[in-house]
Amino acid sequence: MSAFKGGVHPPEEKALVRDKAIETFPLSPLYHVLVQQHLGAPARPIVKAGDQVKKGQVLTEPMGFVSVPVHAPTSGRVRDVGKMVHPVTGLLSPCIVIEADGNDEWADGLPLERDPFSMAKDEFLEAIRNAGIVGMGGATFPTHVKLSPPEGKSIDTLIINGVECEPYLSSDHRLMLEEPEKVIKGTKVAMRVLGLDRAVIAIEGNKPDAVRVMKEKAPREIQVSSLAVKYPQGSEKQLIKALTNREVPSGGLPMDVGTVVQNAGTAAAIWDACSSGIPLIERITSVTGRGVRDPKNIRVRVGTVVRDVIEFCGGLEGAAKIIFGGPMMGIAQFTQEIPVMKGTSGILVLTEKDTNISDYSACISCGRCVEACPMGLIPSTLSKLGERGMWEEASKIGLMDCIECGCCTYVCPARRPIVHFIKHLKALSRAAASKKKGA
Amino acid sequence: MKDVFVSSSPHIHSPEDIPWIMRQVVYALIPGALVGVYFFGLPAIKVIAVSMVSCVLVEALWQKAMKTRIQVNDWSAALTGLLLAMNLPAGCPWWMVAIGSAVAIVFGKQVYGGLGSNPFNPALVARIFLLISFPVAMTTWPQPRPFFTQTADAVTGATPLGALKTAIFEHQTVTAAPPIDLMDPFLGNIGGSLGEISALALILGGLYLIIRRIITWHTPVAFLGTVAVFTGVLWKIDPNIYAAPAFHLVTGGLMLGAFFMATDYVTTPISTRGKVVFGIGCGLITVIIRIWGGYPEGVAFSILIMNALVPLINRATQPKRFGAQA
Repeated sequence: MSAFKGGVHPPEEKALVRDKAIETFPLSPLYHVLVQQHLGAPARPIVKAGDQVKKGQVLTEPMGFVSVPVHAPTSGRVRDVGKMVHPVTGLLSPCIVIEADGNDEWADGLPLERDPFSMAKDEFLEAIRNAGIVGMGGATFPTHVKLSPPEGKSIDTLIINGVECEPYLSSDHRLMLEEPEKVIKGTKVAMRVLGLDRAVIAIEGNKPDAVRVMKEKAPREIQVSSLAVKYPQGSEKQLIKALTNREVPSGGLPMDVGTVVQNAGTAAAIWDACSSGIPLIERITSVTGRGVRDPKNIRVRVGTVVRDVIEFCGGLEGAAKIIFGGPMMGIAQFTQEIPVMKGTSGILVLTEKDTNISDYSACISCGRCVEACPMGLIPSTLSKLGERGMWEEASKIGLMDCIECGCCTYVCPARRPIVHFIKHLKALSRAAASKKKGA
Repeated sequence: MKDVFVSSSPHIHSPEDIPWIMRQVVYALIPGALVGVYFFGLPAIKVIAVSMVSCVLVEALWQKAMKTRIQVNDWSAALTGLLLAMNLPAGCPWWMVAIGSAVAIVFGKQVYGGLGSNPFNPALVARIFLLISFPVAMTTWPQPRPFFTQTADAVTGATPLGALKTAIFEHQTVTAAPPIDLMDPFLGNIGGSLGEISALALILGGLYLIIRRIITWHTPVAFLGTVAVFTGVLWKIDPNIYAAPAFHLVTGGLMLGAFFMATDYVTTPISTRGKVVFGIGCGLITVIIRIWGGYPEGVAFSILIMNALVPLINRATQPKRFGAQA
């Protein structure tokens, strides 16, 4: 087996929730369903204040192929189609507010009784899209798009990503332990859609119990692969490199090297959608970190407010940072009045001691970032260009190749916020590009 | 809820920061410094103390005068002071050490913008400045004597490399140099700069840095390997004119340079391939100066010359980008 170059070994910190069985979060009186929970073209609300909705009912209409709808997480009344802070952008964003009626009643016909393996490829893709499924590892790219490689791109490898290399998080780990069949059946559906007769489920070696369970349950055509423990092993490009020794070309996609990667949670959601028509209205997430009193893995409806989730887990204690996702790539939040989304793999609360709040100083050219960068970039130079806003220069040395994994910043002894500088440069570059397009 | 912090990812950090790294290098220099103190006595302690204190003081005063953040607690000035001391003869008067310290901090480092911006190794800039300004004092080498047996008037004499140069110059053969037991320079029982005399102590310190992952083995191995191969070939050609590679490896400032100066982060290449190129270049220039140059020793010059080439080396040795089209 080959490995990818670079990477780091941050403390795993998984013990806080690793062994805790998934608990179901109780029904909330109020849900805030953000309209935009995917990467791609927007969707448009098709309900209005006062409408009665049922659990699983479609709330929005996708506008374009790379777009998916959202659904009502429970039955009740639409209180408002307003705005709410979006955890990814930090901006006020369209949001459908639903008052639960407490009956939690399914929309007509749901859940369906059908044999998914009698379905045609297009029916699968239709079901996946209608269920609003996106990449649940955090990137939230619409799944039906990933499963529809354009003409001329032949796919020979399907990888189900159960690596979960972010420290602290255990949501995929618990899913694979508690619902391995769902993951495997979802994998089979994805194989059927792509016309493949085999697939690989990739799990980092620090989850031997999950490797064992999946190996027990997996049929012969699905290989379970235990990978070296190294961050960012679960990053799409690095995972493909480690498993197939293929390198996704700069600016390209996994399908350019004949590969499709789906997150383990996404595979489970694919099964729900295809077998019973259940849309993506809940997910498993790890609520963890030493800043929350009672860390838990919970099954929670999309639209649940984070404040309630944290209360359910014993409340805050010495919290310094609230993060959506893991500590390496997650997004710091400034408020608890934000809803759980389809891509919320974790709600991490760090204490001041466990996070990095410090000044930075000049680069001393130690080369640690160069050694750590899994993309073969020179992060130190990018960070210096970032301080000056020189995005054109940075573009020449691979700015857009950066996957923002955070390895460089994790190891930097000068505490330079390299990823921050790189995100700034990318924003400048995008702004210039859209200005050019507009002119 | 109390206020929470918001910043860009990642939200965790390796505990290894600049002060920690600088301290590790200081620790790694301690064996070499102790051997110097053992063989040269109190004057060696004086040189080390004056050098470290003046470097920290000059840096603090400069940063205060320039109204920038006072950053002497990053340990880099202290490290520069210790490195400078280890590059000086133990008999240097205190004022000369203080001048050297000021040159290292001001002209070696701060005029370029401080830590991270200096192109040349500050301690070596100061060493060369002192060598040119005070050639006699900088080449007056106290002879080693075990601690407690030292007298007020230290006996001085040539370093092994100095004796070699004289022999070649006067008799055209290395065999005219006084015979030396290579165990002496290995353990430190020779004349020289106070921190360069014991190859063993410096190798131990260097191994500590490698084990602690402060440096990688590439630079020292490339540097020492080049010196060994280059001098070995010459020695094979004519052992009457050229000294044995083992002699070249254990004498002079080679170990100090290869493990502690050619591995300075700021002034050396950033990638592994660049480090190898840098080490080979240092080795070649060192041997050329030792054998054909006017000075008996060339380590300091070789590192400074290679420092100047670092931007070019960095440009030529960029890592292979993931997914780059062939």
